[in-house]
Amino acid sequence: MIKKNDLILAGTVLIVALAAVLFITFTKKEGAEVVVTVDGEVYKTMPLDKDATLTLGDKQGNYNVVEVKGGEVTMTEANCRDQICVNHKAIHYNHESIVCLPHKVTVEIRDGEEGDIDIMAN
Amino acid sequence: MKTRNVAMYGMLIALAFILSYIESIIPIPVPIPGIKIGLANLVVVTALFLMGPKQAFMMSMIRIVLVGFTFGNLSTMIFSFGGGLLSWLIMTIAKRWNKFSVTGVSILGGISHNAGQILIAMWVVNSGVLIYYLPFLIISGLVTGAVIGIAGGLIINNLKKIELFRP
Repeated sequence: MIKKNDLILAGTVLIVALAAVLFITFTKKEGAEVVVTVDGEVYKTMPLDKDATLTLGDKQGNYNVVEVKGGEVTMTEANCRDQICVNHKAIHYNHESIVCLPHKVTVEIRDGEEGDIDIMAN
Repeated sequence: MKTRNVAMYGMLIALAFILSYIESIIPIPVPIPGIKIGLANLVVVTALFLMGPKQAFMMSMIRIVLVGFTFGNLSTMIFSFGGGLLSWLIMTIAKRWNKFSVTGVSILGGISHNAGQILIAMWVVNSGVLIYYLPFLIISGLVTGAVIGIAGGLIINNLKKIELFRP
């Protein structure tokens, strides 16, 4: 059973969300650096133009491997159960991110300028 | 609590539990954390309309705890709680408002479930960057909520005819 209000709701949400998606898609900029945070703290910042591999591990045996290669960043390996981070596409645009939620690891592309949009101001 | 109701709640919770398991086996080829079909919400939405908010809340929470302890752990459960709580709250308010059908309520439930999960994720990981996933999760919640809502509507109309489901 579908009422008119349901369609208005669905239509409105769809338009707003699609507008956001289009905005994000068309204001994409190449990033300059990748910031790796663990449990909310910045662990390491690396430039995108230099190939590097970063292995993260903790006392409980969790590990993640972040690789910068050819200006792109991927999570090549992780021992989390869902592997969403490992299966993620390579990222290189500003504000793109790969997150390993079980291990609380985020890999984020930034443009290296201060005062970037950050919802969680510390 | 009547015995008959206890048995019915148990059966529905078990159903929600199995639906959660089935959906965890189905791989979704979209690399966004938190994207899901939300099959278990079918039970929550049905309970909400057939029985009421209290029953829906109880079933949703028990299901989350059971699934969490069986297939996950305490830290993954917190994401489910965040999504489930917000989703139940929004759906209860939407139903009370009486302007939407089951489908509309379920759409709001799907959207708020995904939104709730990403908000909790942002809090747990202490990172604002996850907000960029939100538009995709909203669209996903809208679509899955609509499908679940349509199915839920059919189920509710048919279950209403059975005396067992009118406590």
